[in-house]
Amino acid sequence: MKNKKRGKQTVQFSVPPIIVGAYTIAGPLESEGPLGNLFDRATSDGMYGQKSFEKAEAKMMEDAVNEVLRKTGDLPEYIDFLIASDLLDQIIVSNYTASQFPIPFLGMYSACSATSLCSAVAAMLIDGGYASKVVVATSSHNSSAERQFRYPVEYGMQRPPYSQSTATGAAAALIADSGEGPKITSCTLGRVIETGSTDPFNMGAAMAPAALDTIVQHFEDISRGPDYYDLIVTGDLGQFGHQLLRDLAREQMNMELAANLADCGIMLYDKDQGVHAGGSGCVCSALVLFSKLYRQLRQGSLSRLLLVATGALHSPTSCHQGEAIPSIAHAISIER
Amino acid sequence: MSQDKPINSPRVKLSQKQYQQMVDAKKPKVNLLSRILRAFISGGLICCFGELLINVYSDVFGLTHDMASNAAVATVIFLGALLTGLGVFDKIASFAGAGLAVPVTGFANSMVSSALEYKREGLIYGIGSHLFGLAGSVILYGVVTAFVVGLVVSLVR
Repeated sequence: MKNKKRGKQTVQFSVPPIIVGAYTIAGPLESEGPLGNLFDRATSDGMYGQKSFEKAEAKMMEDAVNEVLRKTGDLPEYIDFLIASDLLDQIIVSNYTASQFPIPFLGMYSACSATSLCSAVAAMLIDGGYASKVVVATSSHNSSAERQFRYPVEYGMQRPPYSQSTATGAAAALIADSGEGPKITSCTLGRVIETGSTDPFNMGAAMAPAALDTIVQHFEDISRGPDYYDLIVTGDLGQFGHQLLRDLAREQMNMELAANLADCGIMLYDKDQGVHAGGSGCVCSALVLFSKLYRQLRQGSLSRLLLVATGALHSPTSCHQGEAIPSIAHAISIER
Repeated sequence: MSQDKPINSPRVKLSQKQYQQMVDAKKPKVNLLSRILRAFISGGLICCFGELLINVYSDVFGLTHDMASNAAVATVIFLGALLTGLGVFDKIASFAGAGLAVPVTGFANSMVSSALEYKREGLIYGIGSHLFGLAGSVILYGVVTAFVVGLVVSLVR
């Protein structure tokens, strides 16, 4: 068998798997943002017609999976794996979604870096010959995540300007060994980085070094530079984390990332939407990737994309106990 | 003092402490003066409103001053709870900050927001267990402080 591993952390696919379809469902605030008319479904109801925010999130993810299969004309019976991830304890949203489909289920947790991790694993299963069609799905909900990680939704407080807001929505994509669409050409799975950050309101600072580590590792492993890509887009560093990443790249690696570096957490909202430094959550990168960027990749205005989804791997308990926030970043390169 | 460790990435040649210093130097600053002013004005307005209520209750309804101030506190708590239930308290609080958190309005908000949040889990495991989740600290340390201060005052006299 031909070895597909490149360098320390990268896998380069010999027959790059194809993202044949994607479906996005965006929450109320996201629908009012700059990408509002690019989502497949925009909902103005945070409860999504359900009895709780948790059920709303699960229903969104279930709908996203159903709709992407309808879009591509595939039946759940012929899907080899469902790979899903969310932010709630025991990834309960993914578990409930998976219970609605007759598809073998891989539940994953890697906080907000889930979109690239799930896609990377799907691509490895397909290029390895273990599957021909895999659905990946991620979701997050502002109200269900806030209660778990921070305070009740209606609790009144002032947030610091570098804080971020969890995005609401769900997204699903079908990745397959044949069909039309942009291809996942390689993936670089990240290592867990400890920065000593303890402030759960400052996720950008906790995650920026992990993003840098994975980006540089990707370039080293397959001998590329930042110029290779039209766009390098991080998952949810926010304004402050984005600035830190550029500064770290310049100061530590003598690498200029400014020209083609963007962040999904910044792209998802307008400045006046009250989200402070930007969005976060599993679905933050998925909503941007599978709406705007996916369209651009299909149309050709974008040819080479590196998605570096970032995740803060803390728990509410570890934060209350004053422990540092471990963080990670996973990269996938998507090319036409 | 906790030990300073390097960041476990070969790409960032900083210790964790050095990195946190860099973060602190670069992070966008909170405009403290503006927040203090907003808290002073909004908190002051709430207290003036409370005084107005006391006057109305004692002058119009003929309550004693003690009774009137109890009724005024109850009214302000009710309004804080109502605004929380209507979903506007958090929006006002993001402007007013401590001005709204320090008076009883903040106390009412912490309890009602918890109750709303956990009502899906039912009366026992939801509202019952979580109602004082945020307010519990205020009650505990409020009572302890009152006890200690009371003890000191009674000893000094």
